[in-house]
Amino acid sequence: MSVPDELHYTREHEWVAVEGSTATVGITDHAQQALGDVVYVSAPTPGSKVTAGEPCGEVESTKSVSDIFAPVDGEVAEVNEELGENPGAVNADPYGTGWLFKVTLPGGELPPGLLTAAEYEELVASEE
Amino acid sequence: MTDPHALLRRTPLTSVHERLGATLTGFAGWLMPLRYGSETAEHNAVRTAAGLFDLSHMGEIMVTGPGAAAALDYALVGQPSTLAPGRARYTMICAPDGGILDDLIVYRLADAEFLVVANAANTDVVAKALTDRAGAGAQVADRTDEYALIALQGPNATSILTPLTNADLGAVKYYASYPATVAGRDILLARTGYTGEDGFELFTAPQDAEPIWAALTEAGAGHGLLPAGLSARDTLRLEAGMPLYGNELGPDLTPFDAGLGRVVKLDKPGDFVGRAALEERAAATPRRELVGLVSRSRRVPRHGYDVLWDEAACGTVTSGAPSPTLGRPIAMAYVEPGVAHEARQATRDGGEPSRLAVDIRGNAEPADLVPLPFYRRTPNS
Repeated sequence: MSVPDELHYTREHEWVAVEGSTATVGITDHAQQALGDVVYVSAPTPGSKVTAGEPCGEVESTKSVSDIFAPVDGEVAEVNEELGENPGAVNADPYGTGWLFKVTLPGGELPPGLLTAAEYEELVASEE
Repeated sequence: MTDPHALLRRTPLTSVHERLGATLTGFAGWLMPLRYGSETAEHNAVRTAAGLFDLSHMGEIMVTGPGAAAALDYALVGQPSTLAPGRARYTMICAPDGGILDDLIVYRLADAEFLVVANAANTDVVAKALTDRAGAGAQVADRTDEYALIALQGPNATSILTPLTNADLGAVKYYASYPATVAGRDILLARTGYTGEDGFELFTAPQDAEPIWAALTEAGAGHGLLPAGLSARDTLRLEAGMPLYGNELGPDLTPFDAGLGRVVKLDKPGDFVGRAALEERAAATPRRELVGLVSRSRRVPRHGYDVLWDEAACGTVTSGAPSPTLGRPIAMAYVEPGVAHEARQATRDGGEPSRLAVDIRGNAEPADLVPLPFYRRTPNS
């Protein structure tokens, strides 16, 4: 299981990468492994507002569908259009080409409660 | 923290799956491989090359003795007494009210020896019902622990198995079983499956399962063989329109509801459990019809979702999944017979917005009604 050090994580198995005032969001390697082959991603519409902790989309895999919970507050700036053609990128490269959407952070601030890589690894270990 | 998997039964091949890095899951009290890698790749391997399955969780129940054939004719809705030794048939066991207790494959191994293969979740129920229903001349014994069951499925199954067996595979008919050797070990070889492809099921002694699995894996290496888990098995059987107990079949449904009235042999002599109720059901207008749906949306209809006709609920999805072969979500569903008729007509007319939909978490996602199965293999391709 890969858990890059530089990312932030949620208890719902999303990751967040922050660059300036833009947060890129995806699901973790652990999450994609647990889901199995991803066949469809429904991401929030660009321009819509998302609220940390609230469901804002869903990921369909062969066996199940899971909510995507927004890890941050802000406005959706961009969604990964490539996933329409190739949702399997979420499995193949969850921290790279399998990113889901980008959010513009109002004050460039991350909400409290996000996990570090070490804390996320601990969470996954405790769930197994 | 206790490992929840520790309480589950292991098959003779569970260690093999662990070494292969499979994702394991609890299924009907057993620890089973859900997938080894990508379940879509496993599914496609079975459609285009071959897949190897551990089905050792399935129940093997032996019914033997001079009264065995008569006992099964009474206990089941089919007529196993008409099977020639070496032949097999798909059948069901029903409650006195006609409700389905399980769907089964019955193999007649010899005049007075039948092997009844039951779903893992129902093995105890089936063994008990058969015991209760058997007369003095028949013995019923649950022999699940004495068998491993390996399925080799797909267009390359014959090529993979041929160099390993003494059996003349060209002469092994569909729904037949033969004593044979594979990799030098005695097995019962059956040409059956649950994938919609040609293939074989191998009943082996537990200690022979690992060497046979290894020999098949090696022989399959040049033939695109992949080990395949329960996830692929479910999408394969769904594409093939095959019912699954707990989804399309259950105690509240009769074989007629499932469109499988043909398995009920009302013309067989003598009484059988469920006869009166099933005769009534055969004569009555069906209350629901099992249909195939193909979604126009990319969201997947799942078990339990409502089917809508002109925005009103008219049925329920029993199984649904993204279909790797069709490239769209597919589902089986029970719907009101009137709706099935109208939807069939609408699909033929085509074009206009679908009046048929599935309520996918609050959104009506349009779907079309299609004949089952979704997928049918091209023979001898």
